[in-house]
Amino acid sequence: MAVRSAVPESHGELAGAHPTPLVVLASLGRMAMLTCLVLVIVYPLVWMCLAGFKSTAELFGDPWGLPGALRIENYVTAWNQGVVRYLFNSAFVTTASIFGVVLLGAWAAYGLTRLHLPFATPVLFFILGGMMLAPAVALIPLFRLLQALGIYDTYFALIVPYVAFRLPFITFLIRAYVVTLPMELEDAAVVDGASRWQIFWNVIVPLSRPILISAALLQALFAWNEFPFALVFINNDNLKTLPVGLLDMQGRLITDWPVLLAALTMASVPMILLFIVGQRQFIRGLAEGYGK
Amino acid sequence: MSVIAKRVRALSGWLYVLPALILVAVFVYYPVVENFRLSTFQWNAFSTHPRYVGLGNYAGLMADPVFWRAIFNNIAYAIVSVIWQVGFGLVLAAILEETVRARLRAFLRTVYFIPVTISITVTGLLFQFLYHPQFGLVNRVLVILGHPQWTHSWLGEEATAIWAIIGMSQWQSVGYVMVLLTVAMQKIPREFYEAAYIDGTTKVQAFFLITVPLLREMTTLMMILTISGAFLVFNEVKVMTDGGPNNASQVLGTWLYRSAFQNDQMGYASAIATVIFILTFGAGVAQLWGVRGKQVEF
Repeated sequence: MAVRSAVPESHGELAGAHPTPLVVLASLGRMAMLTCLVLVIVYPLVWMCLAGFKSTAELFGDPWGLPGALRIENYVTAWNQGVVRYLFNSAFVTTASIFGVVLLGAWAAYGLTRLHLPFATPVLFFILGGMMLAPAVALIPLFRLLQALGIYDTYFALIVPYVAFRLPFITFLIRAYVVTLPMELEDAAVVDGASRWQIFWNVIVPLSRPILISAALLQALFAWNEFPFALVFINNDNLKTLPVGLLDMQGRLITDWPVLLAALTMASVPMILLFIVGQRQFIRGLAEGYGK
Repeated sequence: MSVIAKRVRALSGWLYVLPALILVAVFVYYPVVENFRLSTFQWNAFSTHPRYVGLGNYAGLMADPVFWRAIFNNIAYAIVSVIWQVGFGLVLAAILEETVRARLRAFLRTVYFIPVTISITVTGLLFQFLYHPQFGLVNRVLVILGHPQWTHSWLGEEATAIWAIIGMSQWQSVGYVMVLLTVAMQKIPREFYEAAYIDGTTKVQAFFLITVPLLREMTTLMMILTISGAFLVFNEVKVMTDGGPNNASQVLGTWLYRSAFQNDQMGYASAIATVIFILTFGAGVAQLWGVRGKQVEF
């Protein structure tokens, strides 16, 4: 029997000394499925990148062949036709909303866990309760509110709602971590005469670094790709972020698909790289956020 | 410290909480409440005198075939997503955990997650090309496989548009739930499996006897998230079909947007938003309940 081979440290039935034909067949089937899935996921993305080098004639004549030459000019055109502006806008809005949400979330988490404030629990519930409210429900009133505040069609029209709508989740995430930090360091700092402000920056922030990084990465993923607010709250083409700007580019380019595909590729690279680099922190954030 | 100094110190602690509290109150809670009020008026973006219509907008919704079409499409989205993202995601996570070597496993997990990081606008425009009736990969593969009669103008036909969009979503999202379930799976003590394997249990049996029951809570949570996500779908439909052809692929989100910002029926759109609220709030309560029960001690 293949029982011995299935003992976990070998981790894989192929490691067994005498696998039965059925086991071999099953593992071949599994590998085939896993490989197929890789192809189904990777192929369109690789194609998108390569098709960005094609001429229009090539793209429509032989859509699935390799490009005849590496036409960097498509990428240059896409870059100049809007990608550079949209990239900048996305980067700016994303960065600002990361700093906003992480700072305010960490403050709230600190205040609600460490300062023994009266009514801390109901306030915490109130903030976390925001997680249950979907952005789509707030779309129209928020549109009016931003107009009334005079920040409609400015960067703030995205930054402020991105911070506000993610604060419940980010506060939840940071709070769950801060709760587990030992009190001793803080007590020692108090004895040394440190103020709350100093304790926050010199004790809480350094100790919470891992979760703050996770929170920042999750916010980056959210803000970089957010669509409905970006579509409704920004009208000025110079302020549009990538998800909306790319859609506009499609309208402008109409038949120039290679340039559009080049633009799509450039828009995707930053987040893919960020994810690959920060994968562990990313996944920790996701996992902490949804319980064990 | 004097009593007053203590008081001041206690109150000053609120300064850390206040910014978050105010932002959430003003930009999250207020708009949601305001939405209910707005849904009882008939108004457009420029009207100075909104007309109170009570539940008139809701009555209008009930009689609107596009609204029901949107509900149907959202439900279809939810069903397919639960089966594929949670069901298949669970199987995929188990296969990776139990049968694939560590290094390959890490690689596969990364690859499967990559689409999650890409903007839906990008994948939507990319899939417009993949679904293209003449040049698209999907039709080409069908022809190569010898089924030219199965080819469609996937996004251009009423019968196929929403399913083509749902298909794209599954491509994009399977890695997300899978990764979360993987993390949960890694918390199951190895001894459970070791003991089972020594007793001669097969891996398939172990999946049903150990993995599935122990992950029940996490799986339920993922189902709730997936269903609530399915009722919030907007970006993919807006990009790929804008609800067409002939409103066949309209979902609640796009119908709300169309009503508010193209048909200029703001009150009507607010009523749609209320429906979205009811459908997702329930899911949110369940989600918070599940997470709280497991993690947060108050």
